[in-house]
Amino acid sequence: MSEGLNIIVCIKQVPETTEVDFDEETGRLQREGVAAVVNPFDEYAIEEGIRLKEKYGGTVKVLSMGPPQAESALKDAIAMGADEAYLATDRAFAGADTWATSYTLGLSIKKLAPYDLVICGLKTIDGDTGQVGPELAHHLGVPHVCYVNEILEIKGDEIRLTRLLDDKVETLGTSLPLVVSVSKAINQPRLATLRGRLKAKKTEIHKITANDLEADPMKIGLNGSPTRVVKIFTPARQTAGEIVEGSPEELAERILQKLVECKVI
Amino acid sequence: MSELPISVDKEKCTGCSLCESSCAFGSLVMEEGYPRFLDDCRLCGECVKVCPTDAIIIKEEGTEIEFSDYKGILVFAEQWKGKVHPVSYELLGKGRELADQLGEKLFAVIIGSRLEEAVKELTIRGADKIFVFDHPKLEDFRDDPYSAILDDLVKEEKPSIFLIGATSIGRSLGPKVAACLETGLTADCTSLDIDPESRLLLQTRPAYGGNIMATIICTNTRPQIATVRYKVMKEAEKDPTNECEIIIKAVDINNLPDRVKIIDFSPAKEQVSIIDAELIVSGGKGMGDSKGFEVIQGLAEALGGAVGASRPTVDEGWIEYPHQVGLSGRTVRPKIYLACGISGAVQHLAGMKTSDVIIAINKDAEAPIFSVSTLGAVGDLYEVIPRLVEKIKERKKNG
Repeated sequence: MSEGLNIIVCIKQVPETTEVDFDEETGRLQREGVAAVVNPFDEYAIEEGIRLKEKYGGTVKVLSMGPPQAESALKDAIAMGADEAYLATDRAFAGADTWATSYTLGLSIKKLAPYDLVICGLKTIDGDTGQVGPELAHHLGVPHVCYVNEILEIKGDEIRLTRLLDDKVETLGTSLPLVVSVSKAINQPRLATLRGRLKAKKTEIHKITANDLEADPMKIGLNGSPTRVVKIFTPARQTAGEIVEGSPEELAERILQKLVECKVI
Repeated sequence: MSELPISVDKEKCTGCSLCESSCAFGSLVMEEGYPRFLDDCRLCGECVKVCPTDAIIIKEEGTEIEFSDYKGILVFAEQWKGKVHPVSYELLGKGRELADQLGEKLFAVIIGSRLEEAVKELTIRGADKIFVFDHPKLEDFRDDPYSAILDDLVKEEKPSIFLIGATSIGRSLGPKVAACLETGLTADCTSLDIDPESRLLLQTRPAYGGNIMATIICTNTRPQIATVRYKVMKEAEKDPTNECEIIIKAVDINNLPDRVKIIDFSPAKEQVSIIDAELIVSGGKGMGDSKGFEVIQGLAEALGGAVGASRPTVDEGWIEYPHQVGLSGRTVRPKIYLACGISGAVQHLAGMKTSDVIIAINKDAEAPIFSVSTLGAVGDLYEVIPRLVEKIKERKKNG
């Protein structure tokens, strides 16, 4: 960290809402009219990157892996205030699970070196796994901290930050480079300004292909993915369950039974 | 730019377009009588399965690997301050079931400090063997030493399946272990089964905010690792006659990585946000006025849940916006959602209908909320809830 921080923010393009319903007849996700946006959790990662740059100086590079249309998500990040954008895009990356995705992002980040801090969102709203951040850290050989809700201080190569676990908030200390997954509690993402939008229009999105990465073909895309989706289906449709009438006493008793059944009490 | 590893054999293809309608992601379109695969194809293989003439091919490289060395199911027994986290008992319950199905053994591993009590608790929950890593410097969870210990243990013991609770610790730890072992990890599973033919673990989990379910397998690497959502599986029964071998493992603390230091900690804030809450009690317009939220609050406290609200109550100023559930508020997916005096407008349902269990109390038997409820009680919330709170308190006192 000689001249400011080299920050890399990893983002994903996702459908704007997961409220999409299955088309009952075709069994398809209704995606028509659903815009593709920056994964909402990643907006906090972008914001944190920009804030750190504002505080310590340096650059913010945003990186994504996805089909060519994911460019627009990267443009949104530039519009918020990121400096450079990179898109790992290649049909050879298709079908990647979190292992292959993090491997590919890891190779891409090594190309963008040097880096001090890699910031990821906690998870995506479509895949919902939260695995890419920690797996990425492994591929880079650097530590990872999950659920980060505040970056307290960066001094030289030392960083202090807090993470929120189920039962406590911990203050942690480690050295850079580091990968973090940030929680929504960390900041309030800014909106893009008009000037930012204009800048985004002009900013080139650097493409990265499998060749550029000299990636092991057995570790990317479908071949590099240990997991396979074998079935996709709609959750058991909620139909009207049991409707009970009776005295308040009887109703209270029936609700109590249900709560006990659900192991709440 | 390379080609997608999915293609169609035009000789075999009859142009029936069954594949097009099978694609949940709309990534396959029929063009000039043949399917064309779009760049966002996830290679999920649904089209391959429906094709009556086997015309769609996904090219997959990789060799069949022999996994006969890998046997048994390993469960990560999470502990906090020496106390076993209950998700561990649930994993042991499920793990026992899977182990019996496979005719294999069930193992548990626990890492921490002063674990005598915890180990005693674990021995009666169905495991055949427990590996114990007990060292003062392992008291608090840290990703580095914990994942290094698990990596080594898995390499030594070679379980075919490894289950971890999808707690904050488990979801931080699991990916590190899986990445290091170069194997697959399925996050946040809500159902686990064994496929009788292939003996593979079928891992089912919600995605897209619970709007779809996906079943995932891990074919070519071992172990098959899954994090499993808390409070979904049934706890293993206590069985004092269970025969369980305890293996105390040596901890070479100085040779374990430990790059991130804990400087300080404080207990998390008590206030539960509705997004993360596992139980939400919500009030609606049917309460009549702002006093209704006192009743709602009372029930939420008795159950250790959070307070939610429908939009009209927020618009009326009965409660603050952060409590609002629905399209213009928060989307929630708790295990239990109690809707009190909420009629169930479409906008509200959109924000809570994927909750696991919905219990509604409403005077109007025709209220739309009942159409999505697991249990609907037709009655006056002001009469039902106080009685319910009393019963809960009584039960807690006695049980």
